[in-house]
Amino acid sequence: MIPAPFSYARPTTVEEALQAIAEGGEDVKVLAGGQSLIPVMRLRLAAPETVVDLGRVDGLRGVRDDGDAIVIGAMTTHSDVLSDPLIAEHAPLIAEATGTVADRQVRHRGTFGGALVHADPAGDLPAVALALDAEFVIVGPGGRRTVPAAEFFVDYLTTAVEEGELLVEVRVPKLAGSWGMRYEKFNRVAQAWSIVAVAAVVRRENGRIAEARVGLTNMGPTPLRARQVEEALAGAEATAEAVAAAAERAAEGTEPSSDLNAQADYRQHLATVLTRRAVTAAAGL
Amino acid sequence: MTAVEDRAGLPSDEPAAPEIGKARRRKEDARLITGKTTWTDNMVLPGMLHLAVVRSPVAHARITHVDVSAVREAPGVIAVYTGQDFAEEQGSLPCAWPVTPDMVNPGHPSIAVDQVNHVGEAVAVIVARTKAAAQDAVELADVDYEPLPVVLDMERAVAEGADLVHDHLESNTSYHFVFDAGEMGTGSDTDQAFADADVVVSRRFVQQRLIPAFMEPRSVVVQPQGDNYTMWSATQIPHILRVMAAMVTGIPEHKLRVVAPDVGGGFGGKLQVNPEEILCLLIARRLGKPVKWTETRSESLMTAHHGRDQIQFVDVAADREGNVKGLRVRLLADMGAYLRLITPGVPALGAFMYPGIYKFPAYRFECDGVFTNKVPTDAYRGAGRPEATFAIERIMDELAVELGMDPLELRRRNWIDAAEFPFTTVAGLAYDSGDYETATQQALELLGYDELRAEQQRRRESNDPVQLGIGFSTFTEMCGLAPSRVLGSLSFGAGGWEHAAIRMLPTGKVEVVTGSTPHGQGHETAWSQLVADSLGVPFEDVEVLHGDTAISSRGLDTYGSRSLVVGGSAVVKAADKVIAKARKIAAHLLEASEDDLDFAGGKFSVRGTPGTGLGIQEIALAIFAAHDYPEGIEPSIDAEATFDPENFSFPHGTHLCAMEVDTETGFVKIRKYACVDDVGTIVNPLIVEGQVHGGLAQGIAQALYEEAVYDDDGNLTTGTFVDYLVPAASDLPHFDTGNTVHAAPGNPIGAKGVGEAGCIASTPAVVNAALDAVRHLGVTDIRMPLTPERVWRALHDGGDGGERATARTNAQAADSTEGPSMTGGAL
Ligand SMILES: Cc1cc2nc3c(=O)[nH]c(=O)nc-3n(C[C@H](O)[C@H](O)[C@H](O)COP(=O)(O)OP(=O)(O)OC[C@H]3O[C@@H](n4cnc5c(N)ncnc54)[C@H](O)[C@@H]3O)c2cc1C
Repeated sequence: MIPAPFSYARPTTVEEALQAIAEGGEDVKVLAGGQSLIPVMRLRLAAPETVVDLGRVDGLRGVRDDGDAIVIGAMTTHSDVLSDPLIAEHAPLIAEATGTVADRQVRHRGTFGGALVHADPAGDLPAVALALDAEFVIVGPGGRRTVPAAEFFVDYLTTAVEEGELLVEVRVPKLAGSWGMRYEKFNRVAQAWSIVAVAAVVRRENGRIAEARVGLTNMGPTPLRARQVEEALAGAEATAEAVAAAAERAAEGTEPSSDLNAQADYRQHLATVLTRRAVTAAAGL
Repeated sequence: MTAVEDRAGLPSDEPAAPEIGKARRRKEDARLITGKTTWTDNMVLPGMLHLAVVRSPVAHARITHVDVSAVREAPGVIAVYTGQDFAEEQGSLPCAWPVTPDMVNPGHPSIAVDQVNHVGEAVAVIVARTKAAAQDAVELADVDYEPLPVVLDMERAVAEGADLVHDHLESNTSYHFVFDAGEMGTGSDTDQAFADADVVVSRRFVQQRLIPAFMEPRSVVVQPQGDNYTMWSATQIPHILRVMAAMVTGIPEHKLRVVAPDVGGGFGGKLQVNPEEILCLLIARRLGKPVKWTETRSESLMTAHHGRDQIQFVDVAADREGNVKGLRVRLLADMGAYLRLITPGVPALGAFMYPGIYKFPAYRFECDGVFTNKVPTDAYRGAGRPEATFAIERIMDELAVELGMDPLELRRRNWIDAAEFPFTTVAGLAYDSGDYETATQQALELLGYDELRAEQQRRRESNDPVQLGIGFSTFTEMCGLAPSRVLGSLSFGAGGWEHAAIRMLPTGKVEVVTGSTPHGQGHETAWSQLVADSLGVPFEDVEVLHGDTAISSRGLDTYGSRSLVVGGSAVVKAADKVIAKARKIAAHLLEASEDDLDFAGGKFSVRGTPGTGLGIQEIALAIFAAHDYPEGIEPSIDAEATFDPENFSFPHGTHLCAMEVDTETGFVKIRKYACVDDVGTIVNPLIVEGQVHGGLAQGIAQALYEEAVYDDDGNLTTGTFVDYLVPAASDLPHFDTGNTVHAAPGNPIGAKGVGEAGCIASTPAVVNAALDAVRHLGVTDIRMPLTPERVWRALHDGGDGGERATARTNAQAADSTEGPSMTGGAL
């Protein structure tokens, strides 16, 4: 379908972008890769007055090394992420999850930042960002601020990015020590969103699991950390039995939705199975 | 894999290898794939206006008030029409198949006048200068609806005191169709057979509602010129559409030309006379201007006709040794809100296929066509035959379990042996040729059956979380639609013949005009191969014309795997006539007797005089000049032929699926798929393989992925491709395909039809395989599609997984869903 009429701005810097947003009227939408926004506009579920296209803001694209962290520009496309050496070295979990996003065409246009700001509960990257304790750098008329992942995802399709603001980059801390990672995605066809998915990051030390971080996709309106699993794993022996026992707690406290693909109780069941599989793989068992 | 032959480039004096049997790449594909062609929506005519349709957001309501004044004021809008504007002239969309004399047809207005009966029904049409302007004005239409009770569930719809879809009718039942072999004299008494049987197995199967989901959306352009009209439409059936549209609108048939330019898929979904086609004609007639309508994908999923949607009650009777004794089938078939072109006929066509390849002595079939407040159902790849094949192939497995027999052994014991062809079945059909044993043996080898059975055993013994199963489908289908007299006996509104013409051009090039209209099947390539062999002309010298009623005057279009069998046969018959005519000219020019002429490799030569001769392409030039030809004949070697088959053709095959089931998550994954099909003579192996692959994709999709789901209010929940899951290549396994060839005796080519085979055969093979993997864990049925959740629930809660449905087709959806109602991925 054809979207409703809108005005269009194409800034080349972050400053110009902020200005275009400020001047854009009542309902302004930022356009990144357009893979979520354009379909919603074509279905006329959204009819913004102005669309501010970040496609020419080159400064927002790319990955850089910043000492103890890598910094991923919001406009870095999924396909850029997949071939980036810094991500491959320091945060392969991001590449693994990104590789499960949609299909080549979508990955070619869709962006890392867009996927995170869109914050679809079924989207793959929010739980990964949460498990990696990423930090979100946001700019707006009031200046620049950094928000930890734990505070970034506020509600269904809602993040800490306020009206008039932009997500500019995401800082992902480099992990020290011997870490293993795994993203276990469960969906019905290869191009589909996650019914449930689990991101696991595990540090092993002397035959034990020293630390584990487990992010859950689509187990509620926002991505979640499976804290009970993490606590049960901390210091546990690195055995299949210990992991299985801890994984049983993956769905505790979750309130997933029910839809065509899965009722809530089935999602909760999947979370336990996928957590066991993800942690087992991440722990190298 | 089929090796692909590129242009041969042979030296011209060597006799060319026969074209029939060559794996030619399709000559039409480059333009189709790049889109550099006349898809209907690519057409732009001077002064052309664009339509957008305002559609009902409610499933069942009286229209109490329509205010379109704001629409009229909107920028770019030229006109807006409501049902009232066309109430007098729109008539009813046609239903060509009154399956019983007392079938109730409520009629189907193209645009609703005072009542809407399904979500998406047209209530107003906007005409504007641009498509965007028309679309923008849609939300300005103000329509008031007084809600009526929504009827969605078939079993409730036929119950006592049910709410009515059409309140001027007595019930929601359109017809009750019966085929009883005992009464027809083709079998013995069914009740007696069941009374005498050792074993009776009864099952209820659900054929979920499917959406044809063709790639090219529907699109219509109508151009008025004086009192003549040309309609371009993305349709499978330009010829039928012309006749029907003339009858509906009153535009005389000879004043209406219908063109199906290149059409991007149909699968039965474009075997229809659409409301929008009629509305385009009516509006073009009012305004005297060309108009275009192209649907959005959302409109397509919501309003183009759907397929399947039946509840099947199947009983099979047998003795202890496993000899089948009787078959009883009772269907509820969801018509949707209206009867479209062949809505009622789809289950009736299936009626003849339930006995499958087995020698049932007794058979009874009954079907109720039921109205609901959903979009109408109609033809979808296989149309009735996939449903029948599913039922028989599923229940044969259930019977095998009941008898403690190997499912293949049970099939063998009951199928028709190769020596028994032609074989008249209990449904009265004369199966033409085949050999089920050989096809099955080949398929078992392709699959690597013994190793997989051994692995299955190992996985069972080790209690592996991933279990393995193997499913069979030994199927046949009726193709080559259809002998006209048989269609007459079934009260179908048309014949089943096909027409072709061959035009010999002065330069020796050949135009073939076919009445069978391709929409992705590759007619241009296959027909060229037929004619190249018949006339002995190069493949490249043949051009195939189709889809335009002004060029191809007679035709019955493409559906039911009929094109090659019926349409191709007409081409071959026309070629024979060309040769017969050319023979007279050749005899005259070579000064020989006709009887002394041989025709081979495109050349007439005088027997016993090597080196002499005259090519048919030279004769084409000679007769164009017409300077020297015999007395008493007309100066033309062009010819036409109409072929009316005397019987259907009966492709058959054995499809085997090996399936892995993850018992922890319910995820199913096809491990291996092997099939051996007998489609008669193979004109182009590459096209045959392609048709099998595409058919398998759609058949597997019914088993595992696709389902049109309505919510309790009658809204289509699966309204985008995010929720209506069409599998892609990455979701499907490698296919191991093979063929046996038993030529069809009923047509000059020997072809049986391949368009629907994969789609008909695969669904039960896949479901049987999944059940075989988990039957030892207590699972006896899983409702299609086999979503992971359903499989998991069947494993853990018992039942078929359909009760706490992941995808609910009807009002049984008891518990309300929590949280945001969008499925994963709000986009
Ligand atoms: C067919 C299909 C399948 C998909 N499958 C998956 C999948 O399996 N897994 C998955 O995770 N995703 C999937 N996606 C979504 C994909 O990852 C998108 O790329 C992503 O959700 C949005 O990214 P985008 O760059 O396209 O953002 P856009 O669509 O351009 O924007 C999305 C939203 O974010 C806002 N926004 C974007 N960038 C910024 C910014 N820098 N600052 C502030 N606001 C911003 C926009 O205003 C808009 O509201 C799929 C998409 C499609 C079309």
